[in-house]
Amino acid sequence: MSLMEGMLHIMDENAKAQGFGRVRTVILEIGKLAGVEVEALRFAFEAVTEGSIAEGATLEIEEPQGLGWCVECERESSIETRYDPCPLCGKVPLAITGGTEMRVKALDVE
Amino acid sequence: MCTTCGCGQGEGRIEGDEHPHAHADGMIHSHAHMHEHGIGQRRMVQIERNLLEKNDAFAKLNREQFAEKGIFVLNLVSSPGSGKTTLLTATIERLKDRLAIAVIEGDQQTTHDADRIRATGVPAIQINTGKGCHLDAHMVGHAAERLNLPQDSVLMIENVGNLVCPSAFDLGEAHKVVILSVTEGEDKPLKYPDMFAAADLLVLNKVDLLPYLKFEVDQCLDFAHRVNPRLKIIRTSAVTGEGMAAWTDWIESGARAAKNSRSEAPSKPPCHA
Repeated sequence: MSLMEGMLHIMDENAKAQGFGRVRTVILEIGKLAGVEVEALRFAFEAVTEGSIAEGATLEIEEPQGLGWCVECERESSIETRYDPCPLCGKVPLAITGGTEMRVKALDVE
Repeated sequence: MCTTCGCGQGEGRIEGDEHPHAHADGMIHSHAHMHEHGIGQRRMVQIERNLLEKNDAFAKLNREQFAEKGIFVLNLVSSPGSGKTTLLTATIERLKDRLAIAVIEGDQQTTHDADRIRATGVPAIQINTGKGCHLDAHMVGHAAERLNLPQDSVLMIENVGNLVCPSAFDLGEAHKVVILSVTEGEDKPLKYPDMFAAADLLVLNKVDLLPYLKFEVDQCLDFAHRVNPRLKIIRTSAVTGEGMAAWTDWIESGARAAKNSRSEAPSKPPCHA
């Protein structure tokens, strides 16, 4: 819910700065390691956008893959969890380099 | 690569660039409609802003204010029922003669916990988050202001019992401390890795109950270190006092460090809250 309120805030600021009055589509980027339940976010989206410039808008959620960097192999691998070992050498944990995003990526507006 | 919605953008290392993609409701579609903006003012605006930026800005402000006054701030996080409040009251009893301590209590409802803290004689303020499941930096900033914290004090923030959301919300603390009781599963660090990754210290609580349980301490700590290899660990029991000295020493050394970095910082006009 707080994340969606953060989104509304960003939307309102941009509406003023860039002069739009209506948001048709919201594109969020929620990484697979961000610890955010995407379905809960969809539910909260409808609740917070009611009566806002994004009422009735479509929500698109991109979910970037988790990525981890192994200092031994000097290689990046895709991972499903924070504690997945390096697929090459088995080292745990990898330094997380992707998949923790929680961003408003773009808005389709008019 | 789709430049309109930006998925798989730039780096070229994201596997399975999924256009079209399936939604949880089973609907499959592509973003093609995004590229066909109709007449009128309709357009795509690139935003690229973090959903947590407002919280993060408040957290930065809190952190600056705490640093200015040499206040050592801990954000205590755990599942409900880990023994946080009992540990906290036992901690306060041991430290209150040596350190100025104040507490911010976060719960969805009731002031029970703040009442328990106030019974120890230290100031406490309750934040009821209502529908929210975690504290945020804005609430904490206001609560800290009302507590009128003295210079070189310790502020303990007892977050809402929840191992998920509080991990993402910086409150301006020096450290997140995750409290796990041995009555929970050993695999909590793997089930809730974000929280154990965000914490600097794990307090393994209620260790007096270990003889009656099947809890595998070494396995639990191994799981925790798999998620966060630099996680420090202290085993405590508020009932028997085991480990309490290690825990209070850790707090005192943090408080000393906060005080020292204040007095070494370039002098500023005194802050009258």
